[in-house]
Amino acid sequence: MVSTAENKTQYKVVGTRPIRHDGLEKVTGQARYSADINLPGMLHGKVLRSPHAHAIIKSIDISRALALPGVESVITSADLPQPSGRVADLGEGAMMNPKFLSNNVLASDKVLYKGHAVAAVAAADQHVAEEALGRIDVEYEVLPPVLNAVDAMKEGAPILHERLYTAENPFVRPGGLRDDSDPEGGSNVASHFVFELGDLEKGFAEADVVVERGFRTKAVHQGYIEPHSATAMWNRDGHVTIWCSSQGQFAMRDQSALILDISMSQIKVIPLEIGGGFGGKTLVYLEPVAALLSKMTGRPVKVSMSRQEVFEGTGPTSGSFMKVKMGATKDGRITATTATLIYEAGAFPGSPINPGVQCMFGPYDIANGRVEGYDVVINTQKTAAYRAPGAPAAAYAAESVIDELAEKLNIDPIDFRVRNAAKEGTRRLTGPVFPRIGYLETLEAAKNHPHWSAPLEGPNRGRGIATGFWFNGSGPSSATASVNQDGTVSLVEGSPDIGGTRAAVAMQMAEVLGLPAEDVHPSVGDTDSIGFTSTTGGSSVAFKTGWASYEAAQDIKRQMIERAAYIWDVSAEDVDLTDGVFHHKSDPELRFTFKELAGLLLETGGPIVGSAAVNPGGVGGAFAIHIADVEVDPETGKTEVLRYTALQDVGKAVHPSYVEGQIQGGAVQGIGWALNEEYFFDDEGCMTNSSFLDYRMPTSLDLPMIDTVMVEVPNPGHPFGVRGVGEVPIVPPMAAIANAIKAATGVRMTNLPMSPGEVLKALWDSEESKNSD
Amino acid sequence: MMAEKGPKAKALAGGTDILVQLRGRRFFIDRLVDVKGVPEMNELSCSAEEGLTLGAAVPCYRIYEDDTIQSLYSGLVDAAFLIGGIQIQGRASVGGNLCNASPSGDTIPILIALGASCVIEGPKGSRTLPVEDFCTGPGQNVLQDGELLVALKFPPPAANSGAHYLRFIPRNEMDIAVAGAGASVVLEDDKETIKSARISLAAVGPTPIFAEEASELLAGRAASEGSFEAAAEAAKAAARPISDMRGTAKQRIHLSGVLTKRALREAVARAQG
Amino acid sequence: MSKKIHVQTNINGLDVDLLCESRQSLLEVLRDVLNMTGTKEGCNDGNCGACSVIVDGRLIDSCLMLGVEAEGKEITTIEGVAYTHGLHPIQQSFLENAALQCGICTPGFIVAAKALLENEPEADEGRVRHWLAGNLCRCTGYDKIVRAVLDAGKTMATQSKSES
Repeated sequence: MVSTAENKTQYKVVGTRPIRHDGLEKVTGQARYSADINLPGMLHGKVLRSPHAHAIIKSIDISRALALPGVESVITSADLPQPSGRVADLGEGAMMNPKFLSNNVLASDKVLYKGHAVAAVAAADQHVAEEALGRIDVEYEVLPPVLNAVDAMKEGAPILHERLYTAENPFVRPGGLRDDSDPEGGSNVASHFVFELGDLEKGFAEADVVVERGFRTKAVHQGYIEPHSATAMWNRDGHVTIWCSSQGQFAMRDQSALILDISMSQIKVIPLEIGGGFGGKTLVYLEPVAALLSKMTGRPVKVSMSRQEVFEGTGPTSGSFMKVKMGATKDGRITATTATLIYEAGAFPGSPINPGVQCMFGPYDIANGRVEGYDVVINTQKTAAYRAPGAPAAAYAAESVIDELAEKLNIDPIDFRVRNAAKEGTRRLTGPVFPRIGYLETLEAAKNHPHWSAPLEGPNRGRGIATGFWFNGSGPSSATASVNQDGTVSLVEGSPDIGGTRAAVAMQMAEVLGLPAEDVHPSVGDTDSIGFTSTTGGSSVAFKTGWASYEAAQDIKRQMIERAAYIWDVSAEDVDLTDGVFHHKSDPELRFTFKELAGLLLETGGPIVGSAAVNPGGVGGAFAIHIADVEVDPETGKTEVLRYTALQDVGKAVHPSYVEGQIQGGAVQGIGWALNEEYFFDDEGCMTNSSFLDYRMPTSLDLPMIDTVMVEVPNPGHPFGVRGVGEVPIVPPMAAIANAIKAATGVRMTNLPMSPGEVLKALWDSEESKNSD
Repeated sequence: MMAEKGPKAKALAGGTDILVQLRGRRFFIDRLVDVKGVPEMNELSCSAEEGLTLGAAVPCYRIYEDDTIQSLYSGLVDAAFLIGGIQIQGRASVGGNLCNASPSGDTIPILIALGASCVIEGPKGSRTLPVEDFCTGPGQNVLQDGELLVALKFPPPAANSGAHYLRFIPRNEMDIAVAGAGASVVLEDDKETIKSARISLAAVGPTPIFAEEASELLAGRAASEGSFEAAAEAAKAAARPISDMRGTAKQRIHLSGVLTKRALREAVARAQG
Repeated sequence: MSKKIHVQTNINGLDVDLLCESRQSLLEVLRDVLNMTGTKEGCNDGNCGACSVIVDGRLIDSCLMLGVEAEGKEITTIEGVAYTHGLHPIQQSFLENAALQCGICTPGFIVAAKALLENEPEADEGRVRHWLAGNLCRCTGYDKIVRAVLDAGKTMATQSKSES
């Protein structure tokens, strides 16, 4: 269902549902993903991982492994340059600390989590490589691990990084080590910052009702089905080719160059199809390892992770501890709020605490507030981005408290949100002022949706709603396109396509040129064949690379108009392109279809290539509201999702089917997070559920159809009104389900996941407290 | 072939457990013997008079796609249809599930409830023993080096009998039982009184459990909620679970009761036809 | 490295002779020995279905079968689903319903759906969801996959009626 909020241009291609360009290869098994590369003479690599959550590496003896027939090379961090990691040595605007990046790829002096890479082997085949891992002798001095942020912040807690500095600016991305001259000891708090607005005391004094709650969420994994794999060939001239799947071939190149301490131009990264990422394929893990093994052996080396390694060695998103206090007046106006968010970064600094804080109260116009964030290192996997990084946990806390306020005030939960809704001109608690946004329109659509008014009968059933905000991203992006003589256009763009963005990007070009979507042939270029393009992340691709494609199309249009003018011997100002036909503005005789003109290009001055490199501002934030109906089995605590509707302001849906797909996929990841997904650790810090059997992502049998409503409030900052759509749908589900469980059982769940055991326990506790009353 | 390598040899039937365990380096062996070619291990014969002979290597789908088994041993069909997903059911065998001897093995409780027995062949000849005596601990069974579980034998179903197996899992498929319960009941001709019953539990002890007291107390009692409740309490008393990531001991004991009741309700409904 | 074993099998209608190690799974044989990389590895322990293939008419996970067990069997992989001159209705339906995002699980789902629909083209939503529960998809939330399979079933039912 598409719900359009205001008058808009009608488009010919944008907003239609063509078959995606890369579809055929993907339904026939021809598409090549990271592990599908097989090169002549290729060796197979495997990574040795730490069995301890926290230990000093005393020594590594590789001699027995090297002696195994078929083993060609064994590497450790001793084979990598070791950057200092000091804050003082970080370049201005550094996005990551090279020491932490490198030490996550291969541990240096210490291992900081169970699964931390320690060494790697290249051998004739995978089985020999695996056998060799057992012959690498590592001597560890085991240290006590610290496994959650609250323990890590305690006085006397084991310290992960002896010299870690506590940053106080939320916009400084990498954590770092103290300068040698700084006598202070290290802390596990990598970052601590506060945002404040208005007068809290006054705000709470005005409130008639105040709700205060604490929340705990656990680490959850992105759960992409394709394990990481990288293949590298280090040529004799010092140039390296890396084949891998990632969310950014340029990020893989630049991070690998940083770790290997070579120039970025010595590395060519060839992006293969990516089998899911959701933020988890933005950091290098295997790429520098494969490259170094290739350098050592002179042969191509492929290194692939098992599923267990994906769980234990790559980034989940943070677990969190959160406290929220919020006050409102009797007529449902929020007067003040405070929140403290403590996010677990894993072994190295860099949880998504900043976006979590930024997005937490995004949907609301709140005059008085204070939000405090902590980024804390613990002995678990280094976290990586995961879909709307930081926002889902924060929204779970905020939207649960808002639900409780609405309930206490006996106000319809949608009405309560309408009364406090952010709109154009609202200043967010964290500073920025909203441009045109579609939150109110989305709330309105929810209110009018048949799901909201449908009766929900039967015992143990309840309905819940929650909303979410994600600010969306942009970044540098490049596109080049060449006009073929048959009237089609070959488009090369720089954004790896995780979920159908080739189509969305090509369609924006087709719209400008008046071509059918099928006549623009998109492909994703390697780092030597397309200009720099920032990572596929932050729901940015349809926006930024769509924009690059739009500009490249404008470039083609301009050149082709000039060419038509040249052929007709008229002024270019008198020629225009309408519906795919170049025509003279006053002489109807002078016209070329796109195809006709394309066929004349070579004889009339040469081929036409359009290109664009952009870094657009004008990002439009995204809002979503989800409605969930659940039934809770009071004897087992199990929650069944009966019906689910996700409504979202999508700006302009370029390919509505894939926008729906993003909404459905995000909602279902959120449902998994809400109900069953979590990292379990034993007391020693070993993850005990590192398989798809025990890390319970939803199956097809666990879900109903996910109804979607695309509200279209065009983003004025984009030529077609595009807003990012991929991330915000994972923001509301946890609170929507929690609020539905509250409605079904009377019990408010403040910990994730709300697994059957946890719900059952909460039901028992509530029964007990009733009995003792 | 197996005897030659002693403990370093294992039998391969469906492979859905053993290949994963080998890959995970849970144990090391020299020889894996594919037993799917052994005729006795692939036998599947079922009749109301003779009962059921289930070769140890028969994959699950052959059980639930067999009309006779569906009508005579619907409790077994429950278990065969919920183990793993369709792909697993295409390979996994009940015999393999039993030999794997997981406390949460999904097909084992119903074998116990249905009174099945194990036919074991070995270098010293053959022997037969009740399924409830087969598992000796997590991953441990009575098989000696060179011995092989060849088949499972089920007695013919009694008149007015019915059975059911169910488990509790957090997802709806592809999961390991937090707890499971199997029940078989034989009713008197009045179809209101329980003549005899057998109740078994999964994932609440080091092995699947035959809940003898819960079973015996039902004999002669009305097939009613009160009786089910009493049996559920006795089943809870028989449960000896541990707490782990899949569930706490308290939750599992509670679930033993809930699932026993639910299994009995369905078994009785089936027996009443 | 261990000794290789000669296996004669039939894959997608073609007789195939191959050499593999006894410890190699069918999945490894397909991908690493035969370079048929359409069948994907997602977990290597039978919990994601990305490596689904059909062996003698039965849907299985190729990671849970040894390559040597392929002797004398008839195997269908994703590479054998399309017709010589066009897509299988299930493949077409996946495209038309936008039932894939990243596409890594798609071959497994299509093979699984084929194993279902060739016997039960009229399978309803509940049956389809149950049948596909052994195949994980992280991108789509299954909605569009289930619709694609239901649609393909309708097409196949019509086709088989018009053929008979």
